[in-house]
Amino acid sequence: MMLDGNAIGGMMLELFGREMTMVVSTCRSCGATGPLASVDVYMKAPGVVVRCRTCESVLMKIVRSPKRVWLDIDGIRMMQMEA
Amino acid sequence: MEGTAVLGRLTWQVAQVTGAKQETPRVRTITLAPPGWPGHRAGQHVDVCLTAEDGYQAERSYSIASAPEQALELTVERLDDGEVSPYLVDELQPGDGLDLRGPIGGYFVWEADDPRPVFLVAGGSGVVPLMAMIRHRSATRSTTPMRLLYSSRTIEDVIYRAELDDVAAARNGVEVTQTLTRAQPEGWTGYARRIDPDMLREVAWPPTEKPAVYVCGATLFVQAVTEGLVGLGYDPLTVRTERYGGIGG
Repeated sequence: MMLDGNAIGGMMLELFGREMTMVVSTCRSCGATGPLASVDVYMKAPGVVVRCRTCESVLMKIVRSPKRVWLDIDGIRMMQMEA
Repeated sequence: MEGTAVLGRLTWQVAQVTGAKQETPRVRTITLAPPGWPGHRAGQHVDVCLTAEDGYQAERSYSIASAPEQALELTVERLDDGEVSPYLVDELQPGDGLDLRGPIGGYFVWEADDPRPVFLVAGGSGVVPLMAMIRHRSATRSTTPMRLLYSSRTIEDVIYRAELDDVAAARNGVEVTQTLTRAQPEGWTGYARRIDPDMLREVAWPPTEKPAVYVCGATLFVQAVTEGLVGLGYDPLTVRTERYGGIGG
């Protein structure tokens, strides 16, 4: 089941403490930039996997347990947002 | 305390169901009264959480159908193998409580003071956040020209059918064009095929008008429409998309 970054807007707001779908990310692998709203999101994995829409590299992984959250953003080289 | 501070920005709350309306055999609109609702923007969504007796939880996102000026409404399509939508469409009753948090999203949002003409493209239940935009336009008495191109399988699947007919008949700046891809009733005057580049050329504003564009529907639908618009000369950065309709449960 593939969704887009809008679908994890709530989860990202919870993790980062601000609205994130407008944040522009740069893919570490291919350099593509775009709003987090338009990334590919897979929810059926054990956790959430976020992939680049251009090259399909993994941008971000989010795994939650009742007590802890693991957030891997190794695939994102940069995020730009309104100050 | 730290956790409390973070959650304070987006808190789960129990909203009471105050109404329910069947839109189509598979689609229902639920009216909700969350006790602490900060107000929303047209195009935003909420997260809904269901908890089973054994503690298993399922979370899904649903678009807000109502204008910011109206009571909170979600329109939900039943996906037969879904974990959440069958409950929302078939079981949930007025008086029940529903766990939700929101409003969420800043990207797929239309503001009534945006001066650009608006082109809305919907596939199936992708019409829901776009309806919030049309309703917001009406509630704010905005004169911004809007065009909606809406694709459904059959006439019975058209969500907000009567309201869209009224909006189109009012001729006050919202043009509604529909296509029925699977079957058409006798005398149907709309399109009868999937949205393609020719249809987009006929219905969309020319790219030189620099419209705001919102496309919502299933992934393949959104992809096809976006590619078609880019082929017509649209800047991909001006095409805002939400891919979810028909999946997610």
